[in-house]
Parts: sequence; C-alpha cells; structure tokens
Amino acid sequence: MTATTPATSTAVPGPRPTPARIGWRQRRRNKAAEDMSQRGGPLWTTIAWFLTLLFFAPVFWMVLTSFHSEADAATNPPTPFAPITFSNYGDLFDRNVTPFLINSATASIVSTLLVLALAIPAAYALSIKPVEKWTDVMFFFLSTKFLPAIGALLPIYLIVKRVGMLDNIYTLVILYTAMNLPIAIWMMQSFLAEVPREILEAAEVDGASLPRVLRSIVIPMTSPGIAATSLICFIFSWNEFMFAVNLTATVSSTAPVFLVGFITSEGLFLAKLCAAATLVSLPVLIAGFAAQDKLVRGLSLGAVK
Amino acid sequence: MTAVAEARRDTAPPPPTKQNKLSAKARWVRRAPLLPALIFTVVVTQVPFLVTLVISSLQWNVLTPGDKNFLGLGNYESFIGLQNYATVFTDARLRNAVLNTIVMTASVVLISLALGLLLAVLLDRKFPGRGLARTLLIAPFLVMPVAAALVWKHVLYNPTYGLFDGVLNWIWQLFGADQGPVVDWVSAMPMPAIVAALVWQWTPFMMLILLAGLQAQPTDILEAAKVDGADGFKTFRWITMPHMRQYLELSGLLGSIYILQTFDAVFSITQGGPGTATTNLPYEIYLTMFRKYEYGEAAAAGVVTVIGTIIVATFALRVFSSLFREEHKR
Repeated sequence: MTATTPATSTAVPGPRPTPARIGWRQRRRNKAAEDMSQRGGPLWTTIAWFLTLLFFAPVFWMVLTSFHSEADAATNPPTPFAPITFSNYGDLFDRNVTPFLINSATASIVSTLLVLALAIPAAYALSIKPVEKWTDVMFFFLSTKFLPAIGALLPIYLIVKRVGMLDNIYTLVILYTAMNLPIAIWMMQSFLAEVPREILEAAEVDGASLPRVLRSIVIPMTSPGIAATSLICFIFSWNEFMFAVNLTATVSSTAPVFLVGFITSEGLFLAKLCAAATLVSLPVLIAGFAAQDKLVRGLSLGAVK
Repeated sequence: MTAVAEARRDTAPPPPTKQNKLSAKARWVRRAPLLPALIFTVVVTQVPFLVTLVISSLQWNVLTPGDKNFLGLGNYESFIGLQNYATVFTDARLRNAVLNTIVMTASVVLISLALGLLLAVLLDRKFPGRGLARTLLIAPFLVMPVAAALVWKHVLYNPTYGLFDGVLNWIWQLFGADQGPVVDWVSAMPMPAIVAALVWQWTPFMMLILLAGLQAQPTDILEAAKVDGADGFKTFRWITMPHMRQYLELSGLLGSIYILQTFDAVFSITQGGPGTATTNLPYEIYLTMFRKYEYGEAAAAGVVTVIGTIIVATFALRVFSSLFREEHKR
C-alpha cells in the first residue's frame, strides 16, 4: 500500500530525489543514508530476526495449537509436529460462535460508518474551512480520548439500564462511535489538509454546496485516508471488551465476551481456546496488516505520520 | 510518509489567523459541519463524567437503597460530600489498587519502551526480510487483548501443559533429566506474569511510533555526521537520541494512558488475585460497582483514576501540541 493520495503525487512540483509513490521501505533512503543503515551486518540481522521470531512465537503457537487435537495440544514436552486437524474450528461453529461474530461485526461496522459520517464534515470544518480556534477544538477532541472509560462506566450503565438499552447492540455502537471519533477526526483532519487548495477553490467558484464538495472532491481524493481511518476504528471497536462485558448479557454479546464465557464452560480446551482466539483475532489481523502503513498515524492519534 | 509531509508543505495553506473579518452568519456556516460531532462527543463522553462526579458525593449502595431518587436512575441514601474520597485513600484495598496500577503501568511502559526502541533501531537498518519482520512484529498488538490474555494464561503459563514449562521440561530432558522444573507462573509471580503479557502486547505499539521517528530523521544531518567522522554510536547518542526525544515521550505517554486503563488482562489472567496482588484501579472499580454495589465509592475511585490520567495526559497534550505546531509551522 503506497501512502500517498493521488492529489499529493500530482501536486508536487520540482525535482525530487524519489518519486512520491514509495513504500516505507524506500522512504528517505539515499545512497549515504543507505551506507549508514547497512552497518552491523549479519550479527544485527540475526538479532533482529531472533527477537522478531521470539515476539511472534506466541501467535504462531496459538495458530498451530488451534490445528491440533486436544490430546496433542496438552502434551508435555510440547509436540509441534502433531497431525493437523480442523475439527476445533468445526466445534466452534457447533457451539454457536456465529451470533457473537455477527454482533461484533455489527457494532464495529455500524460504529465505523457513524464515525466517518461525523468525522469527515468535522474534519472539513477543522482544516479546509476552519472555524475560529480550530486547534482548541482539535485538542478538546483529543482530551476526551485521554479520559479513562472506567470512570464513565457507572453512569453509562445506570443510564443505559434506565432507558432499557442493556444488552442492546446499538448501545455499543454509540459508545464505540464516541470512543473512535477523536481518532478519526485527528486522522481525517490531517488527510483533508493534504487536498490541494486550488481544486476546492475551483469548486467554490462553480458554486458547489458542502455535501457536493464532500461527495465529489474531498471523499474521492482522500479515499486512502478514509480507508485507513476506517480500518483503525474497526480494530479498536472489534477488540473492545470492558463495555461489552458489562453492558451486554446474552443477545448482543460480542466476540471477546464469547471468548471469556467459552473457556469457563470447557474441560480439556487448549486447542479449542486457541481456535477461538485465532478466529476472533483474524479480522483485526487482516485489517491491521492491510492498514500497516497508516497504523502509526492511527495509533499516535495522527501525531506521527 | 515523509513524502506526504513534504507535499503538504507545498500545498497546505498558511494557518488561518484572520477570521474575525467573517460575519456572524459566515461563522455559523463554518461551524455547522463540526457541530454534530462536537455535540455527540460532549453528550456521550463529558456528561457521564459529570454524573460520576455527582455520584461520588453520595452514600449509595444498591443493597441498602435509601429513599432519595437520583435523576430517576436509582435510590441513594444521603449526600456525604467528600467522604467517599476519604474511603478511597484510607481503604487498604483501594490504596493497594492505586499502588498496583502505578507498578503495572510503569513497568509495562518502561520495559516495552526499551524493547520497542531496540526493535525500532534494528528494523531501521536494511536486512533480508525486513518487511516481513515488521509485519510479524505488529501481530501481538493486533491479537484481540482478551484472546491474548487467555492464551498467555492457559496456553503459555499453565504449569502442567503450558508452553513455558513444556519448553523447560524439553530442555531438561535433552540434558538427561527426567523432568524439568514446574513453575506455576501466574500463582508464583502474578504481577510479572501480567506485566510480561502486556509488554508483549505493547512493544509493537512503541516500536511502530519509534520506527516512524527514526525514519523521520533528516538524512543530511546523518550524512554530515558521517562526513565529520562520527561513528555509529556517537551518531546515535548525539544526533538520533535528541531527535527521538519527542517520539519517546509521545509513545511513553500514550502507552501510559492506555495501560493505566488495563482491564482485559487483569480480568482474564488473574481476576486481580491472588488476593489483591494484581488488582488495579479499573478492576477494583469494576468489583466495587458490580460485586459490592458501592456506587458512591466506585464513582470516587473513578474520579481518582480520571485525575491520575489527567496528570499524565497534560504532559501528553504538551508533546502533541509541540508536534502539531511544528507541522503547521512548515
């Protein structure tokens, strides 16, 4: 995934050492810097790979165990080369994991769409046609992200109970929207600021309305940014546990709640636990790998590009 | 994404300063697209904190409800001012939770920062398979936190069939022993067990931000250092580290804010135990709320958590605004 919008790659005039469309690998590397970064040689390469594999080992082991039988999964010493089976995944679906996955998908996807619907116009009013004191507004949004959610759990629980929305997936949708909105506004603000002025001014001269400017200029030109923002909002919503476990019971529980309930009701369960953990992590692993180049921007709430 | 940042320098307008010229109507037209997001955020994130603040001044236990109604949300006994806060700071359980939160957050942040920096420096070099290594390193951060916690607890830490003791056993048997040492990691060292699982999860986060920082280093300065004959270590100490300062601060502070709120790992690995050895504030608040039904106390502990976070967040905001200003200066 190359990290630039079409707008930026065409708008840059003058000589450049490297084209704008480059991946993170080639970025900033000219010859001299390359020489510097070669220092160390095979020893450092070995150390880098050793540490990488060490960090990846638990994930690898989790996936591998999910394809072993329960008996093979519980041997001591471990038997990594035991025969492969898919039965654990079959068992998961027999135990009705599907509704939980659907709930997680609903909460994540609907809240992400809602976040985008609120964040794109807001980002427009914070970058392209900024309101007065727009930086203060930006920092207000950021500061809401810094408040620990646990501090709001009690009133949220009481209010949700009062209005009869406990165990309702739309409660989670609203909370996840609020949780991700600051991230999305910070990310979208920085993407929108990259849209070339001239095009917007031309649209203005032609008398295009705001919804039309958003629809036919801003959204198409920032689509890689919108995609990255969506993936990051999706990741955070999908993985959220505290609100999900405290505000849902049976009907609208999400995947992490399934996981917690699942292990308490199982006997010999290592392989099944690994299968469940792998299955529920898979969407985020895919989303995260797809958004790799923009992950930093999302995780640092847009502070680091 | 330096390319983008550079492009931006060419296309981005000078920061708008003269807005007082706009008419009142024009200002509201500008504000209109912002309002839905702003109102939504205020209602969903700020109002609950105000309610928490009010509840923290009430004697309110669900098991012994009084006759005063609180906004139709339930009955409380009486208004007791700051007494819940006195309980929070004198009650051994809650004090212990405050202490555990600090120990947990500080150790996870410091260890994962150190490891993250090491990995970022290693990955800043070119080597075979670097792209793949980076992808594999991100994985721990993407595994669902609850799933990761359960896998660490049952699949890695379990004393009879867990991977850690299994590998120890395998090594011991390799050298002819009948049986390796059996360590019950979670019971024997509950806090390090949680810290290790969290460090594993958060190191990629630190690594990603620090790697972005390393790659944002201006190459001409590195070149100049090289021409001047600085060796690798000197360059790192005197050029890279000062440049990295704000990235270290940013990742450390953001990490602290997130790790302070750890709930998943404590809930799944130790349930705060043994005893209260690993009960942190979020978990203690959860227990006070849903096991002891002491709403007033839980709210007061919540306010204390928020204040603690605000202290960290103030520093974080300062780093954010310096990065933000730097970018808009260009």
